[in-house]
Amino acid sequence: MSALSFRNVWVEYGSQIVLERINIEIASGTFLSVVGPSGAGKSTFLRLILGQERPSQGKVLLDGEPFPAEPGPDRGIVFQRYSVFPHLTVLGNVLVGYEFEQRPLTARLFGAARREAIEKCEAMIEGVGLAEHRDKYPSALSGGMQQRLAIAQALARRPRVLLLDEPFGALDPGTRAQMHALIKPLWRDLKMTIVMVTHDIKEAFGLATRLIALDKPRRDPQAPGRFGAKITYDLDLTRHGPVPVLGFLKAVAVIG
Amino acid sequence: MRRVMNIAPARGSGMLLAAIPFFLIVVIYIIGSAERRAANPDDKLLPPVSEMVQTTQRLATEPDRRSGDYVLWTDTAASLRRLGLGLGISTLVGLGFGLTIGLLPIIGASFGTIVAVISMIPPMAMLPILFIVFGLGELSKVMLIIIGVAPTLIRDMSIEVQSLPREQMIKAQTLGASTWQVAIRVVLPQIMPRLIKSVRLMIGPAFLFLISAEAIASDVGLGYRIFLVRRYLSMDVILPYVAWITLLAFALDYLLGLFARKTFPWAYVEEPR
Repeated sequence: MSALSFRNVWVEYGSQIVLERINIEIASGTFLSVVGPSGAGKSTFLRLILGQERPSQGKVLLDGEPFPAEPGPDRGIVFQRYSVFPHLTVLGNVLVGYEFEQRPLTARLFGAARREAIEKCEAMIEGVGLAEHRDKYPSALSGGMQQRLAIAQALARRPRVLLLDEPFGALDPGTRAQMHALIKPLWRDLKMTIVMVTHDIKEAFGLATRLIALDKPRRDPQAPGRFGAKITYDLDLTRHGPVPVLGFLKAVAVIG
Repeated sequence: MRRVMNIAPARGSGMLLAAIPFFLIVVIYIIGSAERRAANPDDKLLPPVSEMVQTTQRLATEPDRRSGDYVLWTDTAASLRRLGLGLGISTLVGLGFGLTIGLLPIIGASFGTIVAVISMIPPMAMLPILFIVFGLGELSKVMLIIIGVAPTLIRDMSIEVQSLPREQMIKAQTLGASTWQVAIRVVLPQIMPRLIKSVRLMIGPAFLFLISAEAIASDVGLGYRIFLVRRYLSMDVILPYVAWITLLAFALDYLLGLFARKTFPWAYVEEPR
């Protein structure tokens, strides 16, 4: 279970209001896309779930419980860049999650425990199609391969919620299509909640089961910070019907 | 006509080009030395190469008449010991404090400014204080190197830690890492190449502090020797000693560079050379 709820959430920096009165219940197993213009608080929305930021008012709850205001292993993340550790190989990047978990002091696994963890890692690496690159450093991988590695790494600790911050924004269209084909079955198999911030509307509609748009409905030209962004659209994409997206399988069959 | 900036020497001719300045210096020295000897057979300023070789041989292979030491080697051992201790302790201090100051905002707020101020104290101005406090023994010489080198390393390391992408710190935390785990598995390995680079750059200053301290108060050491024989204008000792110190520093720099490349291959992927 991994339901997220925002209860009357406001985020303010001084007198500038970024998000105002955000109320949303995100059911467990949802693939949520967040779209909106730049500066509309999409990243702030994500950082609230990540725990990197705290609401000025209101609460963000995971399964009805507040969570500590710092990132933790129940919420994984893939950033657009800098997501993988440049000093670790592909295998090392995935393995390090298990090492953090099992060895609080040394953060290194040896012997049988290491072999066991490597087996699990190899399955993950295989799953994202990087098996033949397992001993390479990230600098030797293409952008798409690095993002696939970042996904494998984020999934190693089996997070309840996976956050994607414009994860495919820097990739070429072909690679992006491959990534779409990769992420959807992973989401289905692991039954986690995904929150994806994106600028690509087609991607947002094609992948998600639910889409929200953040925007500022009111503007005061004399005081641009006076009004924050709200959820202006909230679309359920699981129903049969009105939002066909070319090139994507419909999400209908997926959610159960 | 190609632009000069686009003309790069091939490997073989590159080595040749590198050798030319050395060769020129040797030739100019030999000519100058021969000229001065021809004018004055007792000239001490530019001793011929043969004389320097002879002196070096005597210092390296014959025991000193008074002390029974092989002077070159006892000097080298004493100086390298001081330098090694000074640089080694500075490296550990620089790494430890730098990492902590860079990673933990509380520590950074408490100690960042004081380190910045301390690093501006001219170490040579501290030397009399060190001699008074720690005496004229080994400790004050090692301390001078540490005071000269460590603050710079601390600042450099803390800046390097802070320049790591924020995303990586977040990512590590979402993988369940504690502060300690982030420090040893994410930050430490990534700042090691920079640490070695900085230590390589600090070899020069470290030798400067070492030789200064030895020149002022010591009874053995490379710096002590050259300042001792200066009284007799013994250029046949001073010049080989200077060359030997240079060679030691260069070898240390080269070995550290080699070590960094072997140990942290990921950090040198994008470097052209």
